[in-house]
Amino acid sequence: MTYEELLTQTALADERVVVMTAENRALVRNMPKNLGNRFIDTGITEQTMIGAAAGLALRGRTPVVHALAAFLSMRAYEFIRTDVGIGNLPVKLSSFIPGFLSDGNGPTHQAVEDIALMRGIPNMQVFCPADEQDLLQMLPTIWASKSPSYVRISTRPATYQHNQPFEIGCAEVVSRGSDVTILVYGMLFEQALIAANLLRHDGYSVGLVNMRSLKPVDETVILEVCANSDLVVTVEDHFLTGGLYSIVAETLLKYRKTAHVLPFALKGKWYKPARLNEVLEHEGFTGAQIAQAIIEHLVENLAD
Amino acid sequence: MNSEQLTDLQKTALKVREHIIRMSTDGGCFTGASLSATDLVVYLYKQFLNIKKETLNDPGRDYLFLSKGHDVPALYGTFVELGWLPVERLNNHLSTRDSIYWHPNVIVPGIEFHSGSLGHLPSVALGVALDCKIAGSPNKVVCILGDGELNEGSVWEAVLVANAYKLDNLLFVVDRNFFQANMPTEELIPLEPLVDKFLAFGAGVKRVDGHDFTVLDDTLSIFPFQSGKLNVLIADTRRGKGLPSIEARADRWFCNFTHDEVNALLAELHGEHTATLESETLVVR
Repeated sequence: MTYEELLTQTALADERVVVMTAENRALVRNMPKNLGNRFIDTGITEQTMIGAAAGLALRGRTPVVHALAAFLSMRAYEFIRTDVGIGNLPVKLSSFIPGFLSDGNGPTHQAVEDIALMRGIPNMQVFCPADEQDLLQMLPTIWASKSPSYVRISTRPATYQHNQPFEIGCAEVVSRGSDVTILVYGMLFEQALIAANLLRHDGYSVGLVNMRSLKPVDETVILEVCANSDLVVTVEDHFLTGGLYSIVAETLLKYRKTAHVLPFALKGKWYKPARLNEVLEHEGFTGAQIAQAIIEHLVENLAD
Repeated sequence: MNSEQLTDLQKTALKVREHIIRMSTDGGCFTGASLSATDLVVYLYKQFLNIKKETLNDPGRDYLFLSKGHDVPALYGTFVELGWLPVERLNNHLSTRDSIYWHPNVIVPGIEFHSGSLGHLPSVALGVALDCKIAGSPNKVVCILGDGELNEGSVWEAVLVANAYKLDNLLFVVDRNFFQANMPTEELIPLEPLVDKFLAFGAGVKRVDGHDFTVLDDTLSIFPFQSGKLNVLIADTRRGKGLPSIEARADRWFCNFTHDEVNALLAELHGEHTATLESETLVVR
């Protein structure tokens, strides 16, 4: 099944669902003929689409709205915060091409601060599926919830079979390890999986956690891996500020715990645009580079 | 509209203006802005919109969205006169004891949505109007905008989208008092010719005297006055209407009067004499 098939099926079964886009039809190109007047394209008007979604939600609809991640999360931000957030309305934001997935587009299109922005809105839930299989497993629960939500869409094919059922506020623990645990979300899950396997091959005990629900976040898992692993690694295609690294830091402080945490994130600059594989390589986010950097860090900082 | 209805509208508007003046102290409110919209608000609730106390949450009701949030005292006053809001609650204006403050809050019965950030409710009202169309429901949806608010690009986006979706159940009412917060509109960001702007964006447009109930009624008794498109009513109004001592003045937008001044202004409203005002004349925000 694809994202579009799932959304079509959901909308046909539940007439409350309306599908909206700000002229970003890649994910929903077949929906006009299937949904009729419950498919609404407002044109290149992210803020107006969000306001209208709030109006539709006021009338009892559940709008699933589509736009490019950078414009949805920033151009429409005050509308999301003010109309959807203060209204606490069940508007479902499908944020397309976030983070590194915007590979060749350049900094105007890079949503690398979206997690920080969205989790700052009190009623907003934030989800980051690893790949298409993870996404499809998560969406029915997210769409059925009464809360507004932001979903960082990834339709990359899965390289891991996600067997753990999705629950809002729960991470997916892929493996547990005492030397190092990698916490990751979104498309970088596949690189983290490669890194974990390489480290394991080198004899390390490695944990890997798919942080698919960033708000509410699985504090139990964070505290558990921080207590049980010598090194905790966060991996994200987002600025260092306000994303997973910040979430881990805030959680540790809240419970008055400490841990050795190594972040992989964008540090103070947008990434260099290129084909995705080259971006990952250039920015140091391939599985092999992550594994290598972790080993170097372990050797330098956690000897004996 | 018969003469009895006209007299009732005039009496109600006078009472609403009294409420606004009484709210213009102990912290104050957007007095000038509220008084310009008073007649519009009173007319819309009493003659145009199908909303009653019992149907405030009925999905079949008509809707009024106040995008120009500063006018909310006119809404509170109208709600009191309609019997939706106990008058004592107006004494709680700006108190944590109640939910009545400078901008609309949905906790107050009758307020459809919060506002205050400008240029938002045209699109929220658009969403509601869109759903009424999808649902085949004949509700009317009104959104009151300030003329200064027309600086916001999102207003014009909403006009384009509303026309694209042929939302002739949606009415934008522009409270055209020729002032934005601190400045006359035409001195800061000129808007005229305003009718032409909306026409060029594809809307059906009428321009009327926003204080003349007969003209308002003649114009809106046929609605939509143009089918298949957004309807826009530009209502020419005066900031501070009803109080000669503050009327049409840039520096009487937000007012915080002393209790003596409030009493003098209430007398002025009833044509007794012109009030002498010593409070600071300009509150720039």
